[in-house]
Amino acid sequence: MSVRTVRRAAATVGHRALILCFVAFAVFPFYWMVVTTFKQNADLYVGASNTAHNPFLFNRPPTLDHLATLFGQTLYPTWLFNTLYVGLIVVAITLVLAVPAGYSLARLTGAWGERLSIGIFLTYLVPSTLLFIPFSRLISTLGLQNSTWSLVLIYPTFTVPFCTWLLMGFFKSLPKEVEESAMVDGCGRVGAIWRMVLPLSIPGLLTVVIFALTLVIQEFVYSLTFISSVEKMTVSVGVPVALIRGDVYYWGSLMAACLLTSLPIAVVYNFFLDRFIAGLTVGAVK
Amino acid sequence: MLAPALLYIILLVALPFLLAVFLSLTNSSAGSLQFSFVGLQNFKNVLGSPVFQRALRNTFVFTLISQITVILLGNLLARALMKRFRGKSVARFLILLPWAAPISLATLGWLWIFDSTFSVINWVLKVAGWLGPGKWYYWLGDPTLGMLAIITVHVWRMLPFSTVILLAGLTSIPTEVHEAADLDGAGPLRKTLWITIPMMLPILTVALLFGVVFTFTDMSVVYLLTRGGPYNSTHVLASLAFQDGVLGGDVGRGAAVAIFLLPVLLVLAVVMLRVSRRAEVA
Repeated sequence: MSVRTVRRAAATVGHRALILCFVAFAVFPFYWMVVTTFKQNADLYVGASNTAHNPFLFNRPPTLDHLATLFGQTLYPTWLFNTLYVGLIVVAITLVLAVPAGYSLARLTGAWGERLSIGIFLTYLVPSTLLFIPFSRLISTLGLQNSTWSLVLIYPTFTVPFCTWLLMGFFKSLPKEVEESAMVDGCGRVGAIWRMVLPLSIPGLLTVVIFALTLVIQEFVYSLTFISSVEKMTVSVGVPVALIRGDVYYWGSLMAACLLTSLPIAVVYNFFLDRFIAGLTVGAVK
Repeated sequence: MLAPALLYIILLVALPFLLAVFLSLTNSSAGSLQFSFVGLQNFKNVLGSPVFQRALRNTFVFTLISQITVILLGNLLARALMKRFRGKSVARFLILLPWAAPISLATLGWLWIFDSTFSVINWVLKVAGWLGPGKWYYWLGDPTLGMLAIITVHVWRMLPFSTVILLAGLTSIPTEVHEAADLDGAGPLRKTLWITIPMMLPILTVALLFGVVFTFTDMSVVYLLTRGGPYNSTHVLASLAFQDGVLGGDVGRGAAVAIFLLPVLLVLAVVMLRVSRRAEVA
């Protein structure tokens, strides 16, 4: 073996080791959720000072008890339902507001179109931690405190700007001739959009639906602020707030809830992430 | 057709934003709808409070340390992911998981990892011989360790995000540029210095800005890991605003604390506009 092949082999090993370290760091909490979900309590609560007991492995046979508790004795199914319910309404509102807005911005040329679109995008960056105080005021004035309708009203504040921005990108990629030819054939502008533009933007619309839905499921601050009854909570608040009773932690069911909620979202999100990033970095990458 | 979205944004983002500024100048509280103007009194009170000063410092410390770490590690990881290797798509998928998971639930996973009695980190340190007999780390019960834990979670969560952005930037550099530099006899260091870094600058800025905003304004990690404790030593602006304004019911004071998030956001907005305008010219 020449020095060169040895050096190349060493570089390959180093590269794989580096990737492996990063993967381990990223995945570890999820691995930990899996292990905790299926461990018996006697295997779970041993204490880290006992070095003879390896917490990474199943020292006793795995169990489904924690899952049974989660679905049978907690409000987890209700929280899931609440989340999806709010999510679907918010997605509908988002589409109704963001599709026309994204289309207009895509076709609005000149400095004003540019400024408006950046302005709308910047509102996405106004954080929930700055707005929750005025919102709590607004919500109590409207009598919506402790109602899921408060979330329906407020959640579009972050889905609409972001989705408008994403959709604008999609509509810009469609040539103007698409709707112009339809308008020549006698459609009005709305008819042209409905018959020609929207069918061509189904991938874009799908992306927007997925993102609006995941943003709703991930949201924590507003839900924590507005909802106080346990049975009205969304999943991202119900699990951390209501599954921990006093100082007693039910780590098995708790981790089961985290795992079951996070993984599906993470998988779906992964498929759409490139579009998400492309949306955020419009302009910075050419 | 722009009107409905614009109207919604003006009513529910712009006006509440102004309302936040307005409330910070009043003695408004959660219990009643009546309030009166108190001028800058809330800001005066807040600035004089040691808990606030600590939270302000923490916010900057958490953001700076975690974002520097994220950009350095993200560059390393993005370069590693540029190479072809078997299992690359699986590795990419797994590395991206932390960003996609809901933050409150992912943080709960960390809460269990940092548990005072059952922390797996302590077990590993015990087995490795680092933690001697009778020694113990209370990750969330000690100000320094608590800050370390919070920064770890921020890094864990933001690293995938920055990596993907940086990866997009690296792949956008045409290979001809590197080939031309090779022909001119440029070494790896000079190529990094004169090609990669300048061409990556706009996207590096974007990655950093988003990272800063998401970390700077986040309250979930602190709220769920330490609740700002022990003794209010790990609060950030956002979690303190929540504690004062929502849990404590002192709306005016909470609004005043949250207003301190603004300057950083304004700087960000200006830089964003500049970057997008420059990209437009290029």
